[in-house]
Amino acid sequence: MPETSAGTLTAPAKPARQKPGGTLYRGREGMWSWVLHRITGVAIFFFLLVHILDTALVRVSPEAYNAVIGTYQTPIMGLGEVALVGAIVFHAFNGLRIILVDFWAWATRHQKLLFWIVVGLWVVTMLAFTPRHLINVFSH
Amino acid sequence: MSTTTLEQPPAAEAAIQSFTVTFLIRRFDPDVDTEPRWQDFDVEMYATDRVLDALHKIKWEQDGSLTFRRSCAHGICGSDAMRINGRNRLACKTLIKDLDISKPIYVEAIKGLPLEKDLIVDMEPFFASYREVQPFLIAGSAPVAGKERVQSVAERAIFDDTTKCILCAACTSSCPVFWTDGQYFGPAAIVNAHRFIFDSRDEGSQTRLDILNDKEGVWRCRTTFNCTEACPRGIEVTKAIAEVKQAIMRGKP
Repeated sequence: MPETSAGTLTAPAKPARQKPGGTLYRGREGMWSWVLHRITGVAIFFFLLVHILDTALVRVSPEAYNAVIGTYQTPIMGLGEVALVGAIVFHAFNGLRIILVDFWAWATRHQKLLFWIVVGLWVVTMLAFTPRHLINVFSH
Repeated sequence: MSTTTLEQPPAAEAAIQSFTVTFLIRRFDPDVDTEPRWQDFDVEMYATDRVLDALHKIKWEQDGSLTFRRSCAHGICGSDAMRINGRNRLACKTLIKDLDISKPIYVEAIKGLPLEKDLIVDMEPFFASYREVQPFLIAGSAPVAGKERVQSVAERAIFDDTTKCILCAACTSSCPVFWTDGQYFGPAAIVNAHRFIFDSRDEGSQTRLDILNDKEGVWRCRTTFNCTEACPRGIEVTKAIAEVKQAIMRGKP
């Protein structure tokens, strides 16, 4: 009961900041998992585009390939790789969740639990990957 | 004796605490405004009042130009779906005690359908999708003279959930896929198709499955569960859509 909070509300609240486009729809876990899935999906697509181009370069000129790959050996790219692996791991686990939701009635009722399991698996995977990867990146 | 009983109710009423609640309503008058604007109203409310009561008080006591739809006011007709604090709800089923009234309560029209005035949207695209799935019994044979079409309890239970729809559009207008271009059939149309697809007395299931196998049909569902969360009747909308997807893959209900 918001009785206490209502008691303090004597003066009319200022017409809070205006939101011309309307409020953001306050979806729950399902909507945010979809938003993350879409963002990571698009990010992975652009990575693959660049990745296929730079790998194809080895057919054109091995020297050019080595030069391009050489520019990736920087700490900034190393951190970028953490983000890339994070995106792929989330996309993979959440993809499995979506398959379960589509084919299993139980999963449609427990999709929130499944989302937090996905988050948990993501955290465990990243905890295992990130320290080892960053040691490699920064010890060179 | 009669005077004492008459005097008692006012005393009891005075004991019930009322609160000043601020409502921020997103208003749009097509004759004056080019863009919707937010307007705030302070309303004296009881914890057991509903958001619809607040809208009534504003319209009747403060600003008669406030425009919204409502008919039965008891969660049956489905006319007053609106976005309350960013979520699709029926104004007549949302109690003040369930909202945080230390902050203003945001009320705006549902999303994804053309805004006409204040809280009223054009529902025609929504009903067009509904009509398209042929939401009526299709049967080639007549029932035995003087009898109804027989159905077992188990057969009826398969589609029981989707018979509860009141066509308020809370689900369809909560769907991010529907917001993008409004071409998607939307959850409500699929729910009402589900109601007949899985009805053992109906013979038009294949037609409806073909309609929903369209590229704007069930396959655009991204299982965000906004519809299930928004449904004021508690229909498991995403589950119903998943069942239609599976029926299309099987080729039969």
